[in-house]
Amino acid sequence: MITVHINGAARPLADACSIAALIAELGYTGKRIATERNGDIVPRSQYAAQILNDGDKLEIVVAVGGG
Amino acid sequence: MNNPLIIAGKSYSSRLLVGTGKYKDFTETRAALDASGTEIVTVAIRRTNLGQNPNEPSLLDAVPPSKFTYLPNTAGCYSADDAVRTLRLARELLDGHSLVKLEVLGDPQSLYPNVIETIAAARILVAEGFQVMVYTSDDPIVAKQLEDIGCVAIMPLASLIGSGMGILNPWNLQLIMDRVSVPVIVDAGVGTASDAAIAMELGCAGVLMNTAIAGAQNPVLMASAMKKATEAGREAFLAGRMPKKLYSASPSSPTAGIIASVRN
Repeated sequence: MITVHINGAARPLADACSIAALIAELGYTGKRIATERNGDIVPRSQYAAQILNDGDKLEIVVAVGGG
Repeated sequence: MNNPLIIAGKSYSSRLLVGTGKYKDFTETRAALDASGTEIVTVAIRRTNLGQNPNEPSLLDAVPPSKFTYLPNTAGCYSADDAVRTLRLARELLDGHSLVKLEVLGDPQSLYPNVIETIAAARILVAEGFQVMVYTSDDPIVAKQLEDIGCVAIMPLASLIGSGMGILNPWNLQLIMDRVSVPVIVDAGVGTASDAAIAMELGCAGVLMNTAIAGAQNPVLMASAMKKATEAGREAFLAGRMPKKLYSASPSSPTAGIIASVRN
């Protein structure tokens, strides 16, 4: 069991999975999102290759209306 | 006659830039954007709402990036670091899109720019290949520094964000335009159509607004008014206004040939 922090909220994960697997679990596969891991951008092409570690801090963002 | 607005080498026929926040729904957002004739729209970058339906409508569907040039902003950022991270995320989100609006705020009451953090962020972003349109104070020295760093447009406030107070210091805008050769775009403070026209008459390259349209009773009608005001102001600037003559009237009709009085 590991814990990652997604958009500021702690989320326990049964296993150290890939970012792609987490994004699938959240229902974001194929959506226009961008992801940052511990302050660094994770390019979409690396979602499958990057395996989450305990304590990772993720930011997952979208574009919204704004001025 | 009405030459295009050129930002970072790309040509735009509309000089009105519009924000996509604060509308009732995406349908109204799109209707207002269409009525405004805008080509460049600002968007914000925010965390996804975990636990909410991931299939709810998205801004990108209502305002497709194929039809509008997106200008992701850093609204809500109070440090250079947060602003830089936000725009790196925006570039990833928008497939390498590098035209961005940098704004680093000083405090939540005034939303006044923190120019020290803004300058620090601009340096990093320009070095990373971003094309930075920068929201800043109406300080002509800071504006020139931001241009020297490599920003592609200088966007001074006319008055506080969302205040609708109009153009409070046209003299400072003029000082900035005298010093800066990249486009100077008034960003923030426009309240109604005449404010947009005044900005353009001063010689600004464009006007960026959100609340003036979204906060109107009829946003779509106000968007149309803003389109006309921006165009009218631009044409008036290009036409060159008549000189002001204080306390010195000058008749518009011929002074000769006036009929004689029949009274003695």
